[in-house]
Amino acid sequence: MATTDRDILAVTGNEATAEAMCQIDPDVVCAYPITPQTEVVQLYAQMVADGRVASEFVTVESEHSAMSAVIGSAAGGARTMTATSSQGFALMWEVLFVAASYRLPVVMTTVNRALSGPINIHCDHSDTMGGRDTGWVQLYGENHQEAYDNCIQSVRIAESMDVRLPTMHMYDGYVISGAIGPLQMLTKDEVQQFIGPYRSINPMLDTKKPVTVGPFDGLHGWYFEHKVAQNRAMDRALQVIQDVADEYAELSGRQYGLLDPYRLEDAEIAIVVVGSTAGTTRMTVDKLRARGVKAGMVRVRAFRPFPHEAFAQALQHVKVVGVMDRADSFGAMGGPVFLEIRAALYDCDPRPQVLPFIYGLGGRDIFPDNIEQAFAQLEDVAKSKKRASSERRYLNLRAD
Amino acid sequence: MATKSVAKKQVETPDGLTEIRWHGRGGQGAVTAAKMVAELALGQHKYFQAFPEYGPERSGAPIVAFTRVSDEPIQVYAGIEHPQIVVVLDPSLLSIVDVTKGAPDDAIVLVNSEMSPTELRKHYGLEGFRYYTIAATRIAVETIRRPIPNTPMVGALTRITGLFPIENVVNFLREDFGKKFPPKVVEGNINAITRSYEEVQGE
Repeated sequence: MATTDRDILAVTGNEATAEAMCQIDPDVVCAYPITPQTEVVQLYAQMVADGRVASEFVTVESEHSAMSAVIGSAAGGARTMTATSSQGFALMWEVLFVAASYRLPVVMTTVNRALSGPINIHCDHSDTMGGRDTGWVQLYGENHQEAYDNCIQSVRIAESMDVRLPTMHMYDGYVISGAIGPLQMLTKDEVQQFIGPYRSINPMLDTKKPVTVGPFDGLHGWYFEHKVAQNRAMDRALQVIQDVADEYAELSGRQYGLLDPYRLEDAEIAIVVVGSTAGTTRMTVDKLRARGVKAGMVRVRAFRPFPHEAFAQALQHVKVVGVMDRADSFGAMGGPVFLEIRAALYDCDPRPQVLPFIYGLGGRDIFPDNIEQAFAQLEDVAKSKKRASSERRYLNLRAD
Repeated sequence: MATKSVAKKQVETPDGLTEIRWHGRGGQGAVTAAKMVAELALGQHKYFQAFPEYGPERSGAPIVAFTRVSDEPIQVYAGIEHPQIVVVLDPSLLSIVDVTKGAPDDAIVLVNSEMSPTELRKHYGLEGFRYYTIAATRIAVETIRRPIPNTPMVGALTRITGLFPIENVVNFLREDFGKKFPPKVVEGNINAITRSYEEVQGE
């Protein structure tokens, strides 16, 4: 196990990410600044200017151009990274699919922020939850440390020969990105050794072996088979994410997995949550446990690929599961995480009840009291003989 | 101390956790002070968290910032509803913002003011809690030559909370500010901190 006596630094989530990028020192970074990601790009540009990294930093005029330049760079054979948020992520939309279908192992930090309108710069998960079908691997982090750790692990996941898919890692805008919290860093040598040298596949800049990237495929081409291959790579990413996490644990002493369960073993009620709210939920679980309530929780770390089997195994014995979504899917049965969890538990016998909660849209605060209210609702349902309605429950919503 | 108009509040706070809420106006350095206290906590080998409540970033607009200091890793990620310590960088906020909202009865309220706590209570009709005052703006003008009260407030806070020894604060300023500012500015801030440490008034 690694030592725990490394220096602790006081940094923002964005500083933690910029330091991770600095230690990764990719060949190319193409990025456009947007709140609340701005600090990442600004700090990285400074690192380039100060000669702390050897990266080529490409300034662009929009996020669509940033992702297009990323694709060109990665297809050319370079280890390439970028970062964005919210509207910037939305503007990248059409090219996100291109990066995934070209199987380019790009790494992108996405600092979660609400989507307009009304214009809102604060945290929710609408941006990347909306991008869940782009074909990118998605990892959601909880805190400053994980922002750093996930950034480094994303490189290995994306570049794994079993995966070769672009990977985005997320953390909560402002709550983590702009707040000061503790960080323990590896050394640059350790990070370099962990990620290893970049291996490009069919790089366009290899003039001895000319290739075409992104041609028209036509009606009788291989588009369908190509999509199936993408999905198989996504399936294989489950094992790779866990293997990379295990190897990283040996190096850092910090263990991650596909999901992050807490006091679930004998839980009768449980909450599923993504991002920084997991910490607040864990604290609430402890409080309820002290009162004799059999409460537990699980945090989603990998959302794409979604570890259905692992969730079914973790939650099958729970009577009532509340799923907290910080994004909504208008007109669906619930938020994106709810839909996954409900599907994951469908084959369980007996089948736990799964209820949708929506919280924190546009940065609405989520206090420990709000999470206690959610647990109280789950407790009521667990005691009742009737199955509860699966209508959305809102936390910290103002009265009309 | 609590009178009829102040409801008794029992607030559960984990042992070893201190929650500080900062009220200031844009430009007074409340966010910087919140972060400075977090970094001082790091120097004490404690866990920390500091963040502003992002709102309109206009000079002069009321703003709120938060600091948590703890013996244990901090899990909660939410604004502070029940602060044990409230720091008010601008006394005019006392008339327009409920700065003690959610604070427990024994909360410390540190206000930047020329008045004594007794005069302050009388002037603003304040009841309950434990009030302290410090003429932070005047001290800032006299030491830093700028009306930015944040470092003097940290000096006063150091005295009344005992969160860290004053020597640590001085050393921190010498090292951390020393990297960013010329020696004159650093010494000005050290004077500001030590003076407010001496001059803070309780009841």
